[in-house]
Amino acid sequence: MSEMFDPARWRPAPFLPEKETRDGSLIFVVAVLCFLACLTAMGVLAANRAAAGWTGQLNGEATVIVRPKGGETPDAAAARAAEALAGTPGVTEARALEPAKAYDLIRPWLGDVSDLEDLPVPRLVAVTLDGRHPANAKQLNAALQSQNVDATVDDHSVWIKDIQRAGGLVRWLGVMVFLLIAAAAAAVVAFATRAGLAARRDVVEVLHLAGAEDGFIARLFLTRFARIAGLAGLIGAGAAAALGAGLRIAGGGEGLTPALPLAWSDLAAVLPCPLLAALVAAVAAQVTAMALIRDMQ
Amino acid sequence: MRYGRGPDVLTNLNFGLAPGSFHFVTGPSGAGKSSLLKLIYLAARPSKGAVHLFGQDTTQAPASAKPGLRRRIGVVFQDLTLLDHLSTFDNAALPLRIAGRKPADYRNDVAELLTWVGLGQRMHAMPATLAGGERQRLAIARAVVNRPDILLADEPTGNVDHEMAVRIFRLFVELNRLGTTVLIATHDQDLIARSGRPVLLLENGRITARSAPDPRPSGAVPA
Repeated sequence: MSEMFDPARWRPAPFLPEKETRDGSLIFVVAVLCFLACLTAMGVLAANRAAAGWTGQLNGEATVIVRPKGGETPDAAAARAAEALAGTPGVTEARALEPAKAYDLIRPWLGDVSDLEDLPVPRLVAVTLDGRHPANAKQLNAALQSQNVDATVDDHSVWIKDIQRAGGLVRWLGVMVFLLIAAAAAAVVAFATRAGLAARRDVVEVLHLAGAEDGFIARLFLTRFARIAGLAGLIGAGAAAALGAGLRIAGGGEGLTPALPLAWSDLAAVLPCPLLAALVAAVAAQVTAMALIRDMQ
Repeated sequence: MRYGRGPDVLTNLNFGLAPGSFHFVTGPSGAGKSSLLKLIYLAARPSKGAVHLFGQDTTQAPASAKPGLRRRIGVVFQDLTLLDHLSTFDNAALPLRIAGRKPADYRNDVAELLTWVGLGQRMHAMPATLAGGERQRLAIARAVVNRPDILLADEPTGNVDHEMAVRIFRLFVELNRLGTTVLIATHDQDLIARSGRPVLLLENGRITARSAPDPRPSGAVPA
């Protein structure tokens, strides 16, 4: 027995169905693409940090190879070089490395040689440069020559361009992959929105012929699809943030790996995702609805 | 008028319907009856010529003016075009909601109309659960609910029994008495003959005959 209808208690139903069977698959597809786009965005930020770290490290350090002169001992020559360099503008610290450190550096190349200490291994001075105004190789050489130290300055300039190029390449590759995935996500959102709207052509037609304004009809679909895409974006972004947080916790202080140092702040990259997904869906729904209505004019 | 690049479906039409008149349009299948109605309810544009409605050439009217014109037209579509996700009551109230009326102002009228067309016990029902005749009556209720200036009906009694056809026809007559111009496309020659209303005969996209009104009173209905 059906309940009696009471017009006084009637509330208008939404013009569009609140839920449709195809909504689930639409949310799933958009959420997965948003998840991938967010992961890529976080990866790009981490790669950018890694590249900046590599070049920063190389820019901030120099190594000086010291050769003893006359009857001077290698240790004395290294100490004199460190002293000369420590007072040079643009140098934060100059430290003579112990001989053991130098042996450790060449051991991988020579293997386990028992009489390694007998080799004429030069002494090294590690120079930490001022991050803002680093001294260049010419200035370091001048400081050493002024103290009559026979030394060679390695300011990593041989490597630094290659590293910078590699860092730049990593950044651009990351950005390009992100843009590609974001564009694919946007295209799928737009396509799914169009398909969903085309399937509701009957509603558009009835509302249109009953005298609804074009903008009113378009807004119905815009709101509906923006809400669906926004929800899917939220799910995708939430999943990506959860994964990023998991990797950050599992990876310790350096994030996922030293090569891809994910920071907590990188998780913020997912924040615009739901909004962007909703925006793309809204634009696609508006354009498609207006095109459908134009066809009916 | 033609669809896309197809042949002309209506040619050399030149007729007028006086405000407050009641006409039938009839003719064999494919004669162009539905197309003629489409031209009037602004779902199609003539490839040549003009359609004047409420003193305006609709072919020249800006797009922004058309929703206002459409709200003055009630249409009973041949395929009914009910919205399956809306209840019977919501479907019937649709034109009033689109016109921006407040529910409190019309819900009793909608309930009364639905009761009148025999759907008083089916207001909760979804269209998919309605029988063919019930769906047709709902489509008619939706078309007349906002007292349109012109009512166009495409085979409105095709799926209903004789008794309901008479009731529906009486409703159209009543609306016509209140000033609504009525144009009904139908194959139902019995309904036409008994109504005594003027008829446009459409054949191969042309009006080939136009009968004068029957001398019977304008309120005459088929027995």
